[in-house]
Amino acid sequence: MADLKVQIIDALNLKHLKPEDIGDDQPLFMDGLGLDSIDALELIVLLQQKHNTKIANAQEGSKIFMSVRSIADYITANQKN
Amino acid sequence: MSFISGFCHIREGRIITSLQDYRIAAGTVEEFLNEGYSRLKVAYPKFYKMDPQSQFGFLASEILLQERSIKQYPPEGISVVLSNSTASLDTDIRFQKSMQAAASPSLFVYTLANIVMGEICIRHGIKGENAFFITPAFDPQLLADYVENVLEQEHVEACVAGWVDVLGEYYDVFLYLAEKKSGMGQVHTAEEIEKLYTQ
Amino acid sequence: MNPTIHVVGAGVISSIGNSYDECFKALQNGEHGIRPLTSLDSIYKDILPVGEVNLTNEELAHHVGMDKPVTRTSLLGLYAAKEALHDAGINNFDRLRNGLISATTVGGMDRTEIFFPSYLKDKTSGHLSDVVHHGCGATTEVMARTLGIKHFISTINTACSSSVNAIMYGARLIQHGILDVVVAGGTDALTKFTINGFKSLMILDDDLCRPFDNDRKGLNLGEGAGFVVLVSDKVLKENNLISKAVVFGFANTNDAFHQTASSPEGRGSYDAMEQALNMAKLNPQAIDYINLHGTGTSNNDLSEGTAIKRLFHDKVPRLSSTKSFTGHTLGASGGIEAVFSIMALHHQCVFPNLRFQTPIDGLDIVPQRAFEKLPLTHVMSNSLGFGGNCSSIIFSKNLKR
Repeated sequence: MADLKVQIIDALNLKHLKPEDIGDDQPLFMDGLGLDSIDALELIVLLQQKHNTKIANAQEGSKIFMSVRSIADYITANQKN
Repeated sequence: MSFISGFCHIREGRIITSLQDYRIAAGTVEEFLNEGYSRLKVAYPKFYKMDPQSQFGFLASEILLQERSIKQYPPEGISVVLSNSTASLDTDIRFQKSMQAAASPSLFVYTLANIVMGEICIRHGIKGENAFFITPAFDPQLLADYVENVLEQEHVEACVAGWVDVLGEYYDVFLYLAEKKSGMGQVHTAEEIEKLYTQ
Repeated sequence: MNPTIHVVGAGVISSIGNSYDECFKALQNGEHGIRPLTSLDSIYKDILPVGEVNLTNEELAHHVGMDKPVTRTSLLGLYAAKEALHDAGINNFDRLRNGLISATTVGGMDRTEIFFPSYLKDKTSGHLSDVVHHGCGATTEVMARTLGIKHFISTINTACSSSVNAIMYGARLIQHGILDVVVAGGTDALTKFTINGFKSLMILDDDLCRPFDNDRKGLNLGEGAGFVVLVSDKVLKENNLISKAVVFGFANTNDAFHQTASSPEGRGSYDAMEQALNMAKLNPQAIDYINLHGTGTSNNDLSEGTAIKRLFHDKVPRLSSTKSFTGHTLGASGGIEAVFSIMALHHQCVFPNLRFQTPIDGLDIVPQRAFEKLPLTHVMSNSLGFGGNCSSIIFSKNLKR
């Protein structure tokens, strides 16, 4: 999950944060990190490009992107090899 | 006639306003922008998601409006009129590159000249008319005429106007505030705009 | 508004027709122009539904008499602007102070994106003639030179509201006596750049779009151009021109909410519509038909619909989105839809909103289902762009005041 956090910070231009600043179970889209709909789309691209995992639409994404852990779990369960 | 009550010019590593003139030593444009942002001492992490053009617009408007506030005006009473020669070319190039692997939505969002105005409006709660012109070079006459025209409307009190021209390591960003009733500063004419721009 | 601004000419090209009359027939017959992509060498070819203009660049160039290699955006713009000028029939155009305000978001990207792949592999390959007209301003300059417009040109790029902002600017230039005649509107060609970008935003419908329907899934992209010719009352009378419509009111605001999404309550669009009505000195009930921005995205239609309900309450006029016919033509949409609004006044009719079945939950707005002839006096057209740029314009029948 540490690697995933680095990738998320890079993909979303969260320059003011370090991986240690993001909790494994911290809500990503609430006040904490303040991510928005465009960030969700970038995460979809990240999963596709770096983890070979497809997400069909933005609505599906909002369930998967609750926290770093939920993203990691989804990747493990759905990664195409 | 309206008055120019403040300006901010960012070019060649310098930030110039009617009250200050200083340099930021930085290697790249990215470093310059990050340093400029941290000196503002504002908490606005959305800054990092913006493209360089919007970041420059944000910096210049933040400095300008810290020196000369518009908080006394209702949101609908403030307009924004900007211009440049490059439209969104700087970000278009980045987006085009991203298309080689996977089109980046956060880059695509900025491939429009006027998004910088959107960012300024969101930051300062500005709801009035906004227009963005593409001209071959900085055109003080166009700005003077159009902004005066906008300010002629009864409900419009102030206008943030200027030039946000960015491409790679080149940037020339000049914003000014025109106010209908302030009675202070320079008279809002093309000559005065030009004088401030070349200061 | 003083002085009165008359529309004396209109020209349009889109996926539903290569002229004002062809587009009208298609709108009348419910024939949309949205089909799987054919003209671009894209991974979405034959798959993605788009509104392509049914003429090749060669055919467009031949029609407008252009023998140099220019961009598709310029060709579409010239095509529509020439029709508008021909329609206006101004005999001494050259002796009037004339201007061109053109809008585009994509500029010459259609050629630039052909140049780039080979150039990136080998910097000695690719033709520079493919990129000299890349800039948005270059589109306008190419058009001005061909149309013989000498006194004033300007280019506006404010995303999807670009060309209606161009028309507003043109109206102001005449209002203030700076110009006698202005050709104003916009043009945009389909490009891989825009298709891939919109795909990444996940707001495209893989099927035909369904504006203002509860089950809508997104927009279809389109291309085209729409231009009008504007003159003052004085020029109208002195040159014996015929007024097709009058620019009665307009306004532009910023939603100040998000770079691409609209605020849920549609603040920006509400303010734009209200301020346009104020300029026209009209009550909301005076509007007979609204040509919606109506892209078919979940966000826009809910936001725009909410703003309309808040402004018109239970007296919502007839309304429809002609994007259900043409797709979303981006920078050209304001211009094309201004021409459709003028068409509605000219033919005294309202156009259908295709593929509508169920009203949006909680909104109770039923767009026009069929083409219908009705008496119309005032037509409103909305164009809401990325960056929160919201515009609304009112065209009216030329009533003697």
